[in-house]
Order: sequence, then C-alpha cells, then structure tokens
Amino acid sequence: MSTVLEVNDLSISFGGLRAVDGFNIKISDGQLYGLIGPNGAGKTTVFNLLTGVYKPDEGKIFLEGENITGKSTIEINKAGIARTFQNIRLFKNLSVLDNVKVGLHNRFTYSAVSGILRLPSYRKTEKAMDEEALSLLSVFDLDKESSLLASNLPYGKQRKLEIARALATDPKLLLLDEPAAGMNPNETKELMDTITLIRDKFKKTILLIEHDMKLVSGICEELTVLNFGSVLSQGKTSDVLNDPEVIKAYLGDD
Amino acid sequence: MRFLNYLINGISLGSVYAIIALGYTMVYGIAKMLNFAHGDIIMVGSYAIFCLMSLTGLSPVVSVVLAVLICTALGITVEAIAYRPLRGAASPLAVLITAIGVSYFLQNMALLIFGANTKQFTSVINMEPLSLFGGSVTITGETIVTIISCILIMVLLLTFINKTKAGQAMLAVSEDQGAAKLMGVNVNGTISLTFAIGSGLAAIAGMLLSSSYPSLTPYTGSMPGIKAFVAAVFGGIGSIPGAFIGGIILGIIEILSKAYISSQLSDAIVFMVLIIVLLVRPTGLLGKKIQEKV
Amino acid sequence: MNRFKNNKKFRDNIITYLLVIVIFAVVESLKATGHISSLMKGLLVPVCIYIICAIALNLCVGILGELSLGHAGFMCVGAFSGAFFSKCTAEVITVAPVRFILAIIIGALVASLFGFLIGIPVLRLKGDYLAIVTLAFGEIIKNVINVLYVGKDSEGFHFSLKDMVSLHLKEGGQVIINGAQGITGTPNDSSFEAGFVLIILTLFIVLNLIDSRDGRAIMSIRDNTIASESVGINVTRYKLMAFTISAGIAGVAGVLYAHNLNSLMAQPKNFGYNMSITILLFVVLGGIGNIRGSIISAAVLTLLPELLRGLADYRMLIYAIVLIILMIFNWSPAILELRKKYSVRNFIKNKKTKEVE
Repeated sequence: MSTVLEVNDLSISFGGLRAVDGFNIKISDGQLYGLIGPNGAGKTTVFNLLTGVYKPDEGKIFLEGENITGKSTIEINKAGIARTFQNIRLFKNLSVLDNVKVGLHNRFTYSAVSGILRLPSYRKTEKAMDEEALSLLSVFDLDKESSLLASNLPYGKQRKLEIARALATDPKLLLLDEPAAGMNPNETKELMDTITLIRDKFKKTILLIEHDMKLVSGICEELTVLNFGSVLSQGKTSDVLNDPEVIKAYLGDD
Repeated sequence: MRFLNYLINGISLGSVYAIIALGYTMVYGIAKMLNFAHGDIIMVGSYAIFCLMSLTGLSPVVSVVLAVLICTALGITVEAIAYRPLRGAASPLAVLITAIGVSYFLQNMALLIFGANTKQFTSVINMEPLSLFGGSVTITGETIVTIISCILIMVLLLTFINKTKAGQAMLAVSEDQGAAKLMGVNVNGTISLTFAIGSGLAAIAGMLLSSSYPSLTPYTGSMPGIKAFVAAVFGGIGSIPGAFIGGIILGIIEILSKAYISSQLSDAIVFMVLIIVLLVRPTGLLGKKIQEKV
Repeated sequence: MNRFKNNKKFRDNIITYLLVIVIFAVVESLKATGHISSLMKGLLVPVCIYIICAIALNLCVGILGELSLGHAGFMCVGAFSGAFFSKCTAEVITVAPVRFILAIIIGALVASLFGFLIGIPVLRLKGDYLAIVTLAFGEIIKNVINVLYVGKDSEGFHFSLKDMVSLHLKEGGQVIINGAQGITGTPNDSSFEAGFVLIILTLFIVLNLIDSRDGRAIMSIRDNTIASESVGINVTRYKLMAFTISAGIAGVAGVLYAHNLNSLMAQPKNFGYNMSITILLFVVLGGIGNIRGSIISAAVLTLLPELLRGLADYRMLIYAIVLIILMIFNWSPAILELRKKYSVRNFIKNKKTKEVE
C-alpha cells in the first residue's frame, strides 16, 4: 500500500513552549488512523501544522511524496488535505447546500462574467454542483435539510455538514478534529458508521482526533498517542491501548 | 529656529490630539466601540465654557471645572441611553451607527441653540508668552498649558489604572468582559466610569483646542475627533502610552507638513502616515497582536 | 427541495426588481401628471445616486463583511474621471447618451482601479483598522483632488499640484480641473431615467454575483475566513474582487452625481467621510447584507429630511433621534427579546396552543 501522509520530526514552539516536538507519522492509503492524547497534548496543533495554519519550525510534511511543508492552507487543500474543526466553523448564514457548494468551489468552475451574465456554462455547472452537493448530503442524511441555514441545524448535524463540506473538496486525506464531540452515544454510533462508509465508499484516508475511546478502538486501525507535544506510543490500535506508558499518561502514575 | 517654533506648535497641537485620543482609546479598549460622538463632546465642552464665561461671567477656572462636569454627565447619559442597550448586539456596526446618531444629535442640538455662526472663543489661559533664544522662539501660554496638561493627564491616568481598584477593574473589563463579570467586577459601572473619564478629558481638550483655535462652530469637534481617533489607532488602539505618542507624532506631522509641504495636503499626509504605519504594524505602534485561535 | 430553494432566491430577486420598476413607473406617472413638487423632482437623481452607493457598500459590508468608510472616495474618483471625460469630449461626441454611457464606463473603470490598488494593501487589515484606513484613503483622495490642476492645450494635457499658473497653458488652452474649484460646465447628462437604468444594472450585477460560485466564496469569507481557506478558497482574490466591484459601482454613482451638477467640487459634505458614513447608515438600517433593504432605506432616508422640512430647524435633530431609536429598536438584544415575546405572531400561536389544551 502506498503512503499518503508522511511526517518527519515536526516541531513548533509558541513563546518558548514546544507545543509539538519531533512528531512523526506515516499513514497508508485507505487507512483510518487515530490521533489521541490528553487535553493540551498538541493534537489540534498537529492538524494546524498539517493544514498550513501554522508553519513548522522544523520538520517535513509529505503528501503522496510531495513536500507540502510551509505551503499555505489554500495550497495544501488543493494538494489534497481537507479538515474539520474542533469548534465548528460553518458558513452560518449560507444554506446547508451552499456550504457544500463552497467546498466544491475549486472542482467546478466558471468565470465571474458568466456567473453575472448567466451564460450557459453557469447553468450547466451550477446544475452539476447541485447534484454533486445533494448526493454528498444524502450520505450524511442531510439532503432534506439542504435549504436550511447552516446555523439552524442541530449540533450533531452541524458536525456532519462540516465533514460533508471537507469531503466536497475531494481530498486524499481527511482530517477530523473530534468529530464526536458533544454527540450522544446513538449519534456517535451512527457517526462511526458514516466515517467507515466515507473510507470504504469514497476511498479516503482519514486521520482523526478523538477523545471517545469507544469510537477510536471501534474504527481506527492504527493510533498515535501524543503527550506533551511528543509521540508517546504508535502502532496497531490494540497494542497502543495496552501500552503501559499510555495507560499511565491517561490514568496518572499510581 | 523656525523649525523649532513649528516643532513646538506641533507638540502643542499633538497634545490636544493626545488628550482626545486618550478618551477614545479608553472607551475603545473597554467598550470595544468606535465612539464617533467623542469629537462632539469636545464641541459641547467648548460651548459650555464659552457660555459660562461670557454669559454668567464666571472665572475661567470655575467655568472649566463646570464644563468638565457637564461633559462627564453627558458622557454617562449618552452611554446609558444609547450605547448600553446595544451591548451584545449581533453586529458591532449597530453601536457604531448609534454613535453616529448621537454625533448628529449633538451637532444639531448645538446648531439649534447657538446657530451656525462662528463664535469667537476667548482664551481661558491668561499667561505671558515665553521668549527663548533672544526672541527667536516664542512659546505661547496656551502651548505651555496644553503640553503640561497633557503630560499631567497621562501620568494621572496611568497611575489611576495601575494603582486603584477601579483602574484594575477597567483593565479586567477590557481584557475579558465575561470573565470580569464572573470575578465580581461591576461591568456596567466600569464602562460608565470610562465614559465619564473620556468625556471629562474631552471637555479639557475642548478648552485647550478652542484657546488655541478660537473659532467655535457646531462642527468644531468632528475633525479633531477623527484625527484623535487616527492618533489612537496609530499608537495602537487600547494603549494609553500609544494614544499619547500617536497624538504627539500626529500633531508634529500635521504642523510640519503645513509649514514645509502644503497646507491643503497636510491632512492627506497625516492619513498617509497612518496607512503606512498600519501596513507595517497592523495593530499600531504599541498595539497588542491578536491571533485568532483555530 | 433544491428547486424550491432556488425558486425562493429567484422570487426574492424578482420582488426587488419589481419594487424598483413599480416605484419608477409611479414616479414617472406623477411627473407626467404634474403631481410632484419641484423640490421632490430635484431629489430624484440624488435618490438614485444614494441607492446605487448603498448597494455598492452593502456588497462590501454585508456580503464581503468588511467595513469600509471610504466609499465616498470611490464616488469622488468616479465623479471626477467621468466628468473629466465628458468635459474633454463635449465637442467631439455630441450625442449626449453615447457620451454619458462612455463616461459611466470610464468612471466605473477608474474607481475599480482605485478600489483594486487600495484593496491590495488594506484588505489584510481587519475590522475597525480596515475602517479607519479606508476612511483615510477617502480623505486623501478628496484632499488630492482639491489641489489637482489639469489643463489642455494644443500640446496635450498638463498637470500640476500647485496652481493654475504652473500648468503653463498655451494660448487657447483650457483648464479642466481647477483645484478646489473642481470641474465646471460638465454637461448635464444625468436624469432620473438614467438613474433608474443604472440601478437596474447595478442590481443585475450584484444579485447575480451573490447567487453564483464567486458570490458564495465571498460570503463564505464573511462567515468564516479560516474555514474558507481550509476548503481552498483564495481569500485575498475574492476579497479584492468584491471590493473592486463595490468601488466600481460607487464610481458609477459618482458619474451620475457629477453629471447632475454644473460644477463639481470635492468637499467634505459630498465626498468626505461624512458621506461614507451616511451611506453606511443606509446599509445598516436597511439590513446588513439585504440589498432590497438598502434600496428602501436609501430612498426613504434621503427623502426623510425633505419630508420633515415642515419642522424647519428641528428636522435634523429629529432625524438623529429617529436614527438612534431605530437602531436600539432593531438591534438591542433586550428589546429583540421583548419583541419576540410580545410579537403578534407569537400571540396568535400561544392562543392556539392554549385552545388545544
């Protein structure tokens, strides 16, 4: 299997504090990979480094062999990484459908002039975008709410819409930042199915941050545990979860 | 020597801007709003002194003290009636537009009472000019009083904020309104106090401004208000030393460009400098850098 | 479902167009039957100018979500470049409509160019900082135009930032822009009808832009810039696009303004920051992001001081009070809560549920 993401010795400091220190990871095509660790371990910072929100002080990031270190968020998305956010960031005043259509922006194009003059390319492309967006929404059971404003969706559905929007950019690698946060056990169960479906149906590689151990052990094949910015343990999910170091980090020393 | 004269004039004008900017910056730091009516409070202060002195024949000092009280009361009232109801509004533009409404209100009120004709303000300051270098440099009494008042005000403000409980409350509210409230700080009271101080300072600025530039109209305050706001942004809005430095630099640039480049273009030059500073340092000279958490 | 949504947007836009057309028709028939005072007649073109400006600024403030206090500057650029063109070509192009259309195009292009050039550096700034910098640019434009002298003679154009004499015009030369005196003798090509056509054109551009791929990108930046970047939206590009188009439309309003007067001067009251603020007022009162609201509020608020003329000296004071009360009524969280609680709709609903019980 080919490698989708390879990260070597990634580090960043904020005001003397090494938030991420020598982070390494290797994710193969089609994998469902988990990034876990206690609060403040630097998980979201890793996501921010991978997506170009922060520029690393040291280290290299390769996406399918291409060096994307230091590139902008926009370039990195075009290269094939899409993400969701821990604190949901939807386009609140746009409809559910339009949220996904913004995600489709770079895949379906026509010029501003044909948009304003309503030329045939506008009509044709918009129709194709509508179809694509609706089919994506139906995966998340959101197609019936497509005309609602995003801010009017219940919390759990907002999280799903964020995933749909990220998927709309057709990424090679999908980063999910605590997708189950704030969901009840039923919703979480449903979400697990959806995530597996994304991997199987859309053939995506997924890296996710999660606190819900049931979710992590249920769907992730491999895990990396982060503690104080550095990798504590890495490998097969069952091995990692039984690693005494990991148990110590989660449960304390005694 | 002419340059020295210009420089001193610049510092004097800059001191007035600085006093206004201090009010601006405090209100912005704490209420997070651009108080477009701040300049008009200056105008109210000037008219108040003008009336008290010419109509009731009160002494200049008493008139100024009364004017400060009037403006303070005005500031508190405006905040309570017009701005407080809009705290927490969905868009920050709401309170901005309301401030514009207050500005229109004050200007038109003055227009109704005093008419559009220019009133001649008699200087409050009665002091012999200071002659230096055998008369080649003269410093007017107004200039001396202006510069001294400005420094005094800044020192007093810094002491107040750093040494008193009310001042610490202001810092807390400017940092995080919600957290300050949870810690038992009276947020409404603190914001009122800030408006009171800012408006009181505006009255002093009105006195100093009109003593040096005696033509008084209902629109007297609006351009100095904007310039002082520019000064506050220039120095880093929310920062008290920033407002002081910003004001002084702005005054110097304005007077020097009037003297050496073009009197018509002096405003343009002032604004150009602001733009350049902001492009190099997006939060002004002494402003804090804020990064959005992702 | 989707068809329905598109229909709703479509219907909304149609209502906006119809509103403008109906008002135009009504005013035209009032004009024809002589039921309109000369004072009101004089306000018709200004109303069009403000409506166009308000739409332009709403594109910037409501759709892009960036506060600009410099739109009077773009209006000023449009006005002067349009008037400059008309004055230069007054003898060459004698067909007024053709000349006016060309002037509009030139005003729009020059204002867009200014919007673009100013936008590149300033759109990196946010919120109040952007507001003050745009205000600064507006003031700079106004100040520079006030010291700008341009003349034309057999050798071509001459420029100066000092005075008329330094233009060194040859015999028979003509001063076109005369410093603070501005441009005099611009042909009066503006009319209410032209204003109406320009409003429709502006609406066509702005409404179609909003409901397109680019419009969605622009609105996504307003709603959440970080998320827009995360899905690959080129934020700088779209901010610039919206700002440039907005400036261009403001320029069109300027051209209309310039051709409505005999002499065009850049003064604080027409092109100063106060004008930018007045336009912002229309946008906020009409509803941020609501294009139809901008049209209505620009028209009503322009006519309001005139309608209040009976109140003589008190009219601007009343205007100010109305403004403050409207803002508090529409935006205060506490009052919105009250309005929700005591709204008629709720009252009916509550009554119904009680009946069911």
